[in-house]
Amino acid sequence: MNMLRHIVALAIKELLAILRDKKSRLVLIGPPIAQLLVFGYAASFDLNHIPIAVYNEDRSAPSRELVARLTGSPHFELVGHLDHDAQIAPLIDNKDVLMVLHLGPQFSETLMRGKTASVQLIIDGRNSNTALLALGYLRTILTDFNIDWSRQHGRPGPPATLRIRPWYNENLLSRWFIIPGIVALLTLVVTTVVTGLSVAREREAGTFNQLLVTPLRPVEILIGKSIPGILIGLIEGSFILLVVVFWFEVPLRGSLGALYLGMFLFLLSAVGIGLMISSLAMTQQQGILGAFLFLVPAVILSGFATPIANMPELVQQLTLINPMRYFMVILRGVFLEGDSYELLFNQYWPMAIIAIVTLSLAGWLFRNRMN
Amino acid sequence: MKAAAASRMRLFGMIRKESLQILRDPSSIAIAFVMPVVLLLLFGYGVSLDARHIPLAMVVEQPDATSASLTGAFQRSEYFDPQPFNSIHAAQQAFDLREVFGIVWLRNDFSERLLSQGDAPIGVIVNGVDANQARITEGYIQGVWQAWLTSYARSQGVELSLPVALEPRIWFNAAVRSRDFLVPGLIAVIMTLIGAMLTSMVVAREWERGTMEALMVTPIRISELVVGKLVPYFILGMGGMLLSVAMALWLFDVPLRGSFWVLTVASALFMLVALGMGLLISVVAKNQFVAGQISIIITFLPAFILSGFIFQISSMPAAIQVITHVIPARYYVAILQTLFLAGDIWPIVLANSAALAVMMIIFLGLAWRKMQKRLDA
Repeated sequence: MNMLRHIVALAIKELLAILRDKKSRLVLIGPPIAQLLVFGYAASFDLNHIPIAVYNEDRSAPSRELVARLTGSPHFELVGHLDHDAQIAPLIDNKDVLMVLHLGPQFSETLMRGKTASVQLIIDGRNSNTALLALGYLRTILTDFNIDWSRQHGRPGPPATLRIRPWYNENLLSRWFIIPGIVALLTLVVTTVVTGLSVAREREAGTFNQLLVTPLRPVEILIGKSIPGILIGLIEGSFILLVVVFWFEVPLRGSLGALYLGMFLFLLSAVGIGLMISSLAMTQQQGILGAFLFLVPAVILSGFATPIANMPELVQQLTLINPMRYFMVILRGVFLEGDSYELLFNQYWPMAIIAIVTLSLAGWLFRNRMN
Repeated sequence: MKAAAASRMRLFGMIRKESLQILRDPSSIAIAFVMPVVLLLLFGYGVSLDARHIPLAMVVEQPDATSASLTGAFQRSEYFDPQPFNSIHAAQQAFDLREVFGIVWLRNDFSERLLSQGDAPIGVIVNGVDANQARITEGYIQGVWQAWLTSYARSQGVELSLPVALEPRIWFNAAVRSRDFLVPGLIAVIMTLIGAMLTSMVVAREWERGTMEALMVTPIRISELVVGKLVPYFILGMGGMLLSVAMALWLFDVPLRGSFWVLTVASALFMLVALGMGLLISVVAKNQFVAGQISIIITFLPAFILSGFIFQISSMPAAIQVITHVIPARYYVAILQTLFLAGDIWPIVLANSAALAVMMIIFLGLAWRKMQKRLDA
């Protein structure tokens, strides 16, 4: 009973400390909402309106048909027609176009003779991912052109064709992949910022030692200091979820319970890490540095933007101690694949272990790190 | 004449004081040198969009020579790691458990249809959750398919008659290594963090302790104070920058096709913008707690997501593209990607440098004005 009263009192004090300062309040509420909206639209690998120029030396009906298919696609935007070679390089160099399609003077003649007409495509490879995706879009258009042309002109088609079907995200919208990840991204930033400085600030002000000599036990201090971070994280996380489902219309196919269990464990481990950093730090500057040093790798090595499977083995092992990695799988699994508790079990327990380890370390550090 | 000499003396005194302070407190040296090395090492190796050895389930219902040649084509590809499955049911189970990323399915009648009427379907299922990887995998699968078609036609003694064949030539990065474009971008992201953190935290601490006010009652002018604060951190930041560039070149083998001097000048410009941003944060925030919060929130994620480092700016909605213009890292990422991979392309270098120069003036000017106001208040 006493313990509960202690914890509640401390949690209220902590919440007040965070929310009393107007600037600090603003920092916790304003930017996450703004960032959610901006990043929701910005963070996508989908390409549209890829600027392309066509250098068509042939100008016959078949070549015009091919070009028309290109301009009809929402992925491409025809910027201009070229009439000699020398125009290609400056356009690509200055990023005026991402690619130039070059049809030689013999294009339709070769095509009509039943031979294979080759077309050149010059792509700006500065962003290799964009280059590969744009090439993929163009290939699809060309494959369709080939199939239709063969059918119309009685040419034999390829003996076997691919029937590719993507599951869970039929139209391959990369927004569906990225936006659920933003839930983890923003809640992690907010909870780390809230907890990462909470002990360090009191250490610097000298009030932490006062706290330690009160009847409060370290466990109570630990819980009292954890509650604000988890509470703020849960509230912001829920708000972000609402926006993801109702504003960005990402389908939520699995159970909300499985998602919240994941969010709770994730916040618990994030708070644990934040408090651990904070109690290790002697000054606020060290605290913020520590928060940064955790946050930046945690985000980049979480699979948020680039897949963990592409990392070298050693770095993959390192991601095992990153709680965001697990929550990322849970978010995408529940949203797109409709995963259940059982399927996500292997994501839950590592976060629970991280939380237990970091929280106990933080509690231990409260007493044992004093100057 | 005398005034100028006095000003110079005050300025040098200020620079000396700041440098001593930096040398005494190792944390800023750690921020400037240790952080870029650690982060670049971690990310240079960790961040990649190139998939290799993608696990694929191969379901061949009627194994024969033709299907064997197709599975052989997948086995030879460096992109795939095909695993045989007896039934589509078993393959789907592995797919649901995320043990395989995709399924290639040749039905009972595959070879029969191939020989009789052509147009035999090769069923492919890919996990579309990560749409970007799914698209790139589709591209790789198409590549394997086309190579197999050609070799199959040759084995039948005919020439494959595709109406139109594509000959792609990828400039600046022929091997399409994603690391070559990600590492220069990472330098921009890391330098944004370091520049802003170096100044924002350190200067906020001075406000908090009141030593800033103490400085201001000396005869030193605000402009001298700003310059004096910036010079040592600028040198530190440029040191970190140089280290990052060296790592990009020699550790990650990213080519530098533009000139080193253009890179240095553009980097210096960007460093001033980042330091100016940090200074402004510290003046606005007044205390370390808020300064730390603000610099985490407004530097890292925007530089990561809105700078064009990984997500293509030209594909964002128009309103978001407008917002990216206030992110300094955007200009620096464009300069770096071009300088490293394409060379000294002046229209891009100059336009983006001009934008950086404007931002530098705005940030430093605002910080200077806010400082004056604070003294009045």
